[in-house]
Amino acid sequence: MFARRTLLAGLLLALVACKGNESPAPGPAAADTAPAAKKDESISLTGAGATFPYPLYSKWISEYNKQNPNVKINYQSIGSGGGIRQITANTVDFGATDAPMKEDEAKQAPGKLFHIPATIGAVVVAYNVPEVTGALRLAPEVLVGIYAGKIKRWNDPKIKADNADAKLPAKDIAVIYRTDGSGTTAVFTDYLGKVSPEWKEKVGVGKVVNWPTGLGAKGNEGVTGQVKTTPYTIGYIERAYASQNKLPMAELKNKAGKFVAPSIEAMSAAADAVEMPEELFVSLSDAEGEAVYPITSYSYLLVYENAKDPIKGEALAKYVWWGLHEGQKFSKDLDYAPIPAKVLAKVEARLKELRSGDKKLLSGA
Amino acid sequence: MSVSHDVSPLIRPRSWILTRFGREVNWGDFVFHRLTALLAALLIAALAAMAAAMVHGSAESLSKFGFGFITSRIWDPVRDVYGALPFIYGTIASSILALCFAVPISLGVAIFLSELAPAWLRGPVGFLVELLAAVPSVVYGLWGIFVLAPWLRETVEPLLARTLGFLPFFQGQQRGFGMLAGGIILAIMITPTISSVSREVLRAVPSALREGALGLGATPWEAVRVAVLPYARSGLVGATILGLGRALGETMAITMVIGNRSEMSASLFAPSYTMASVIANEFSEATGSLYLSALAEVGLLLFVVTVLLNIVARLLVWRVGRLPEGGRL
Amino acid sequence: MMLSPYTRRKFTDVVVRSACVLAAVIALIPLISVLYYVTLRGIGGINIAFFTELPKPVGESGGGMANALVGTLKLVFLACAFGIPPGVLAGVYLAEFGHSRFGKSVRFSADVMSGVPSITVGIFVYSLVVLQTKHFSALAGGIALAVLMLPTVTRTTEELLRLIPESLREAALGLGLPQWRVTLRVMLRTAAPGIATGVMLAVARVAGETAPLLFTAFSNPFWSSGLNEPTASLPVSIYNYAVSPYEEWHRQAWAAALLLLLLVLLLNVTARLLVRSRVGAP
Repeated sequence: MFARRTLLAGLLLALVACKGNESPAPGPAAADTAPAAKKDESISLTGAGATFPYPLYSKWISEYNKQNPNVKINYQSIGSGGGIRQITANTVDFGATDAPMKEDEAKQAPGKLFHIPATIGAVVVAYNVPEVTGALRLAPEVLVGIYAGKIKRWNDPKIKADNADAKLPAKDIAVIYRTDGSGTTAVFTDYLGKVSPEWKEKVGVGKVVNWPTGLGAKGNEGVTGQVKTTPYTIGYIERAYASQNKLPMAELKNKAGKFVAPSIEAMSAAADAVEMPEELFVSLSDAEGEAVYPITSYSYLLVYENAKDPIKGEALAKYVWWGLHEGQKFSKDLDYAPIPAKVLAKVEARLKELRSGDKKLLSGA
Repeated sequence: MSVSHDVSPLIRPRSWILTRFGREVNWGDFVFHRLTALLAALLIAALAAMAAAMVHGSAESLSKFGFGFITSRIWDPVRDVYGALPFIYGTIASSILALCFAVPISLGVAIFLSELAPAWLRGPVGFLVELLAAVPSVVYGLWGIFVLAPWLRETVEPLLARTLGFLPFFQGQQRGFGMLAGGIILAIMITPTISSVSREVLRAVPSALREGALGLGATPWEAVRVAVLPYARSGLVGATILGLGRALGETMAITMVIGNRSEMSASLFAPSYTMASVIANEFSEATGSLYLSALAEVGLLLFVVTVLLNIVARLLVWRVGRLPEGGRL
Repeated sequence: MMLSPYTRRKFTDVVVRSACVLAAVIALIPLISVLYYVTLRGIGGINIAFFTELPKPVGESGGGMANALVGTLKLVFLACAFGIPPGVLAGVYLAEFGHSRFGKSVRFSADVMSGVPSITVGIFVYSLVVLQTKHFSALAGGIALAVLMLPTVTRTTEELLRLIPESLREAALGLGLPQWRVTLRVMLRTAAPGIATGVMLAVARVAGETAPLLFTAFSNPFWSSGLNEPTASLPVSIYNYAVSPYEEWHRQAWAAALLLLLLVLLLNVTARLLVRSRVGAP
């Protein structure tokens, strides 16, 4: 019967796939990683977590695999919450999250988890107003007002005050927010909460909040799609989505009173301005400084301090080390900012604490 | 046919194990009966396991909110306060809207394919309608965002507002995304289910009935209306219930176009939110045991709604009555 | 206006017939629109590299979804292996012995199960398989898909077996075959084309599911060997690429969507070819 033959064909294909372990041509071994005895068998690591750093991590994985063909890393973006849940349940080897773990979440993990800041990103405010040609300038009160539903039209005097020469039309502002739980929302609301105590009290800060007004779209791509196709909309998205889709990004007024566009330099300025504490996670929103872009944030990797499997633990430690050194050079092209040197020194010290049992995983380097 | 006949005692040897049962049952039949029963029990076991897992998962939320979960409108993960009424409304409203669109169309297609279409057209058209079921949900969602919603916003909603704007259903801001888009996409997705099953049901009607009506001078449509449809009614209801089940559980496509705002509004232009969507949207990012428990309870509610609807369907069929040698379910 | 009753009836007949034709046309418009749109956006991305290469990160040209294609085939095969035999046999039970209360509960369970959203099934299999084995795997994905297929296959088998005229069964029994042989060799074989259609439809639906795979089979940028590793699949890759910011990934997502549609079209055509003679009512 045809069905039987189809099944047989499928079986054959599956068997073929079982053998399919094509690795790219081996490149030069990474010279700066800790010199330890190499096991030749292939090591697979799995990671899960935030969607935001996915393009960067997939670039890291590909480049690292070219240099270390026996190490295969599989990272999937199932969301920061998903990442935290999976690393806590030990179904993956590392997690990734935009928003740091809370106390009670950390308590549920079977071991101590380190937050490793891996890269820096920004949340931008994109808009679609055909009449406006230059970049729109938005003060914090204006942004809060728009998202709270108090400022309803594009030609509101409060918006006009900062944009004297823009032709603002007399149309309703269509506000777009994220419906799915997201680190982007967490970062955005964190900023809104900092600049407006009323927002913090009435709406709150988090990955999902009760938005006073607006329409919900799913994912960064959903918001991007809506803003792109519907005129007179405004939405908050990751920088990469705005720049890839050529959406205009608003210049936001930072704490020092300057209107700053979300450039890589402005993101780095925010990271330079904030002191990194002992636990290695901190909020970068609304940082002090003239060149700072106010909605910037770190994205973290979650790694267990004590790895159960020494071989995997060592491979992971070396990969993370590589990512924080070589991997940083891929940041700019993908719309991320590199980790500043001051912070890197602290991260290096933390990485050296990684161990498996009594043995430290990163010796030397 | 639940009585086993051992019709060949002369050909097959008797087995000691089966004479215990008082009747002479062949060992093959014994194994066959038990094996298939075991696998059928697997279905019940799987369902029971899923239900148990959902109840277990929602324990915290059930104890904290109790009945208020169903009546409260507030869903606030920041304050850890949850209420599912807007989602229940959104799910039921979007499913009913989808049925309003899908049932007439599906029935029309089914009647067309089984009664009215010329033979050469039946195959291709039937195949194409079933192909609607093959399109992945994600693709429908993307098509909805880029094709359906703009079309609704530019063409359909202004037209409806101009002509029927006095009704509360057609008022409010026209965005394209909203209950109307959700209902239409669901309707498209359940049409193949309802029409395929309906077509099978109509084909199972003995042609004697149809021919009898035609022989008495009925027009083709009258033959269908008088002879075929009453006979097939329970099966058609069953097909509709199957479609409704699919509509209730649909996640991806509807999330992308329904606007995802937990509002309850009579207007079709307004955004809404369904139970399956809220689970899909928030599950990956949810942390915190009460939050996860609340999401599990939403899943449990959806499950309960599905069970209730299936019971209603069965009652409907039972009331309509089983005609001799006919009817399904 | 004096219309004779006959003219009125004829008129109604024509009106209703046209309405049915219109319904068929309306039902097909979205399909044509979707197919057109997917082809438009996806055809540019289909090339040899798409079928043979592994995914590349953004910024590097080329790259394909070879592992996702093989992964989908692997998952579908697993789903069929776990879902078809139990489903068909459970359907056989319902058709042969299912008049008891037990049979009614099984039927009810199957109907309710078909309404459970796929994400719930995914979460369920996650807690059952992934949490116990402490890793994601193609096996878990196959099980999740099989659970989704099970109710459809069971009910289709039952409905189609019921359609077969009793005369066939009676003739077979009269020839001296035991009941189990009658059911398996005679009845199932007669209903096979129809059951195959139902199975193919279930497979078509399941091949395009994303949500259950996210928590079970996960995904994989490399080849996945055997059954115990996470594996890439077309629907998950489509989803990952479609939600990214990059135009070149979007193009690949549409190409993969087109490929998935073609794959399912192929399965449907296969089902159609098998449907030579459908057993109708006497």
